[in-house]
Amino acid sequence: MSIAQTSKMNWREWLLSERPQSRAQARLGRSYMTWRRFTANKLAVIGLFIILALVFVAIFAGLLAPYSPVVGDLRGARLLAPDWTHWMGTDDQGRDILSRVIYGSRLTLYVIVLVALIAAPIGLIVGTVAGYAGGWTDAILMRITDIFLAFPKLILALAFVAALGPGIENAIIAIAITSWPPYARIARAETLMVRNSDYIKAVEIMGASPGRIVLRHIMPMCISSLIVRVTLDMAGIIIIAAGLGFLGLGAQPPLPEWGAMIASGRRFILDQWWVAAMPGMAILIVSLGFNLLGDGLRDALDPRSSGQ
Amino acid sequence: MSLAEPTFHDQGRRRKSASALALALLRFVFIAAATFLGLIAVTFFIGRVMPIDPVLAIVGDRAPASVVAAARQQYGFDLPVWQQFFLYLKKALAGDFGTSVLSTYPVMQDIRRVFPATLELATVGTLIGLLFGIPLGVLAAVKRGSFIDQAVRVVGLIGYSMPIFWLGLLGLLVFYARLGWVEGPGRIGIAYEYTFTPVTGLYLVDAIIQRDWGAFRDVFSHIILPASLLGYTSMAYISRMTRSFMLNELSQEYVVAARAKGLSEARIIWGHALRNAAVPLVTVIVLSYATLLEGSVLTEVVFSWPGIGLYLTNSLQNADMNAVLGATIVVGAVFIALNLLSDLLYQLLDPRTRS
Repeated sequence: MSIAQTSKMNWREWLLSERPQSRAQARLGRSYMTWRRFTANKLAVIGLFIILALVFVAIFAGLLAPYSPVVGDLRGARLLAPDWTHWMGTDDQGRDILSRVIYGSRLTLYVIVLVALIAAPIGLIVGTVAGYAGGWTDAILMRITDIFLAFPKLILALAFVAALGPGIENAIIAIAITSWPPYARIARAETLMVRNSDYIKAVEIMGASPGRIVLRHIMPMCISSLIVRVTLDMAGIIIIAAGLGFLGLGAQPPLPEWGAMIASGRRFILDQWWVAAMPGMAILIVSLGFNLLGDGLRDALDPRSSGQ
Repeated sequence: MSLAEPTFHDQGRRRKSASALALALLRFVFIAAATFLGLIAVTFFIGRVMPIDPVLAIVGDRAPASVVAAARQQYGFDLPVWQQFFLYLKKALAGDFGTSVLSTYPVMQDIRRVFPATLELATVGTLIGLLFGIPLGVLAAVKRGSFIDQAVRVVGLIGYSMPIFWLGLLGLLVFYARLGWVEGPGRIGIAYEYTFTPVTGLYLVDAIIQRDWGAFRDVFSHIILPASLLGYTSMAYISRMTRSFMLNELSQEYVVAARAKGLSEARIIWGHALRNAAVPLVTVIVLSYATLLEGSVLTEVVFSWPGIGLYLTNSLQNADMNAVLGATIVVGAVFIALNLLSDLLYQLLDPRTRS
């Protein structure tokens, strides 16, 4: 016990050392401080827990789901109320709602990961190039960003999906097209902060090409604030994706997408409320998780804004 | 905008500020024009990439080739793309979005008919958001770090995370079907539908004008649930921003000075700090109003509210592309206009940004 305690103390001292012996130690020390700030916020830890649970459920959906998400028991199990055999009840096709919600977590993850992978790099490139190049390039790129920023997201996504045709891939493209501008703004702001610093001057003197400077020396500086913003946006993305699904424009049946499940439960809301209520609960919990996590991350990574 | 020494010649200062204002206005007009142009360009692009041939959509897919060719020429689809865009732009600026296949009326006429419903819903929603959001935000800032602060924060975060169409369904289930406290879907009950004559299209206002209190109660009972749901999301945003602005104000020196003078805490909070926070708050409220106008789409679907959101989604489901693009442009234009207005208001109301 006492040995464990002293070794733990040494670890902490090593991490919080004023004179780190190596770059790795300094980095770990800083991460440790961030982690301490983060875990001091209980709500943020709850958020992290929810997101980890979502990932866990999505990975092991095949093991966790008690029934098939698409094939139901039409004859024996239509619209059953929640009980011990079907924890969330069954829908009009006799499918177990819990199983569908569990498999639906995969679609939710799929949507947010793809939107983040498409939208964040677009914003990062636009913002860093605009910020580093300056002048006309900056003015034109930022004008375009502002134009997209002023657009109503949901309506534009609706119109895009209307043109591209319904489906989860098109919904992802539509959401990604409408959600990159804030990332470009953030990336540009960060770029402007580091652009005139000595280390950039140093690499310029060493003859690095603008492309290399942007890619290797400016983009890494933008990553952390971008991650926070993406995390905060995840909740909105989930809700827009579910909204598109609810309107029949996102994932198509029989895919167990949460928004589409609510839409199919709409007809039964007065008598079999659980068909619509359960998937909505899942949406609420997951997007709340992302909001809590994003909030906590912002406070932990950016001590200036904490409490604001 | 300049950091030059303040001049003490009134004349010079006035001239300088006038030219700065003109410059800011010019810049504003330019931004507004570019943004609206961008919106129209994007909708034009959407109309182009869609897999449905617009000509076939008009004449039908069994029309003979000669008819298709004639229609193609008539609607200008044989022109180069940039000419088509100018044609589209000209029509859009004139408010001509073509004819709706579904209703057979011009799209603009349809939109004019349904827009007041959305406007009324969003307005009542924003009022509810204000009514609760500002006091809660002030309270959270004053009692910073307390249980109340945390509670306001959590309630706000839940509002941010709420799929509103789902909450609407549950609301209908509980307050309409089970408890019977409010009326169900739609804007007005069947008892009043044929006797009630809309004047402005805002039914609450119409009922007051005509002193039809029975209809007023009915309309109110229809609007209160969807408007409260929208109000909740708006409250989440407004309370959070109010808290942040108030924290900023309460840490200023004039608050210390006011305390030293012996002013009551209530006077300091509501009379001094909140009044200074009012300028950014106005812009936040305008933004939240714009978001509600846009965000009411899903709420309208759930409550069968005959506004522009329901019109848009109905048109979507029937591949009525003229109506979809027309509604998108109108909602987008209103949204952009409110966005720009909030920027402008900030500059006009806050003397510090004028300099």
